[in-house]
Amino acid sequence: MKILDFISQPWPWYVSGVMIAFIMFLLLFEGKNFGMSANLRTMCSMGGAGKIADFFQFDWKSQRWNLIVVIGAIIGGFIASNFLTPDQSIELNSKTTAALKEMGFANPGKSYVPEEIFAMERFLTLKGFLILLVGGFLVGFGARYAGGCTSGHAISGLSDLQIPSLIAVVGFFIGGLIMTHFLLPIIF
Amino acid sequence: MKYIRFLVIGLLFGIVMFKSQAVSWYRIFEMFRFESFHMYGIIGTALFFGVIIVQTIKRRQLKSRKGNPILFAPKNKSVPRYLIGGIIFGLGWALAGACPGPMYVLIGNGTFSILIVLLAAVLGTFTYGLVRRKLPH
Repeated sequence: MKILDFISQPWPWYVSGVMIAFIMFLLLFEGKNFGMSANLRTMCSMGGAGKIADFFQFDWKSQRWNLIVVIGAIIGGFIASNFLTPDQSIELNSKTTAALKEMGFANPGKSYVPEEIFAMERFLTLKGFLILLVGGFLVGFGARYAGGCTSGHAISGLSDLQIPSLIAVVGFFIGGLIMTHFLLPIIF
Repeated sequence: MKYIRFLVIGLLFGIVMFKSQAVSWYRIFEMFRFESFHMYGIIGTALFFGVIIVQTIKRRQLKSRKGNPILFAPKNKSVPRYLIGGIIFGLGWALAGACPGPMYVLIGNGTFSILIVLLAAVLGTFTYGLVRRKLPH
């Protein structure tokens, strides 16, 4: 029981960082690459997008291993959420909490994701639906345009000291800062 | 059953991402406001060990489990695609509070509205495939 109690606390950043590097190593050892957004392209190919654009004409079955990683991640999220995390509040900086309250977020950090964006009744409204739709669209479009996402560029690419990955990560931050500091306060 | 290893790797990834709160929209918001070291600590530690791992593999020419050389394909040198693509990605990352990996983990959390984000991400990828020839790379 003591071990479970230990695991049930929030994990410190250094534990997580070491584990992510270890996961990247495991995939390299299997002869694969750590990159999560590649699955989005695979899903397009599975759905027959190769008939419309040659970008999706590749042997998607060679990417099945990555889809299995995705299934594992879903199950891992389920296990962690239901059995390993009794307290799902997030301890935020008081400045962050104050800024969120000003934007109209009722309970910042009470759970992992804000109800103001992810609650079921939100996406039934046009604005709520558009936030999810536009956010996801930009992630999918941008990740493929940049040739990778956080795992592919910020972890795998930078670990290989790739300059293109550094440029992409700088881009991630320019976009993230514009959204967080200028656009989110307008949206909410 | 050759895929069982990948299931375990994914499982580990999901638990790590959830337990470290990296799948939380709030953590991403806080990161972009520079009000917490948490996310920088995660990425920084992963990179510290990641660089050691990759450089060791390259210098010692370590082999994969199957005995093949572990290769790293250098990315094409360019600026526009990484910078513009990166900015577009960053805008979405900070809005949805989730990059592709955490999206899957949040499905396991029961955050079902993340399915709209995921479907939209597939749509975004599809749209890129349609218009990529017209974009600067």
